[in-house]
Amino acid sequence: MSEQIKKFMYINRRAPYGTIYAWESLEVVLIGAAFDQDVSLAFLDDGVFQLVKGQDTAEVDMKNFSPTYQALGDYDVTKLFVEKESLEERGLTLDDLMPLTYEDEDDDWAEKDSIKVVSRAELADIMEEQDVMFSF
Amino acid sequence: MAIEANGKTFETDEEGYLTNLGEWEPAVAEVMAKEDDLELTSEHWEIINFLREYYEEYQIAPAVRVLTKAVGKKLGKEKGNSKYLYALFPYGPGKQACRFAGLPKPTGCI
Repeated sequence: MSEQIKKFMYINRRAPYGTIYAWESLEVVLIGAAFDQDVSLAFLDDGVFQLVKGQDTAEVDMKNFSPTYQALGDYDVTKLFVEKESLEERGLTLDDLMPLTYEDEDDDWAEKDSIKVVSRAELADIMEEQDVMFSF
Repeated sequence: MAIEANGKTFETDEEGYLTNLGEWEPAVAEVMAKEDDLELTSEHWEIINFLREYYEEYQIAPAVRVLTKAVGKKLGKEKGNSKYLYALFPYGPGKQACRFAGLPKPTGCI
């Protein structure tokens, strides 16, 4: 490709259900993944709930789309930053989140973790490096 | 829009995808294939069933390049390439096979 690859970050700040933001964000990420850009996702504030394991939407009458996060690796979306402080403020740890992995093409298809817990300060630095940010 | 299969009526959207994927049965794929002048073979069914399993697991219909990669991993390299998949589904393995499988239009197919 002649055009320069840009760094795209999708920022997720809201709980998964009750509004359509989380699902819309995920769809945009999957569609955007076709454009071969450098994509990362950030989960902060109530957005960290999007990745919590064992989601059950039977009583809220919305589709449980949490299994779709498992497909991100297939779409070559392999960088999911989760803000440490947001987890802590909600009494959550990495163990409460779905284990999301991808296979590293450049490392003999070794399975690697997609989720990386970073501090608020580290996330601010990562955001500083981005060319484009989408906030959901 | 709607199609008739197995003596029943199935509602479809304006692009021919099933409105309610829970209603799907194999006869739907047979009828849709006939409309596209295709005879479904066991090779077609292998991909259709693969797509249904993918949807069951991830709740999305995969984009064609993701499908190609996943087929290669699950069914072997000789099947995980666009040439093989396009030969089976000339209107596009993502779009056409997903339609036959009763899934929505693939997410991330452009």
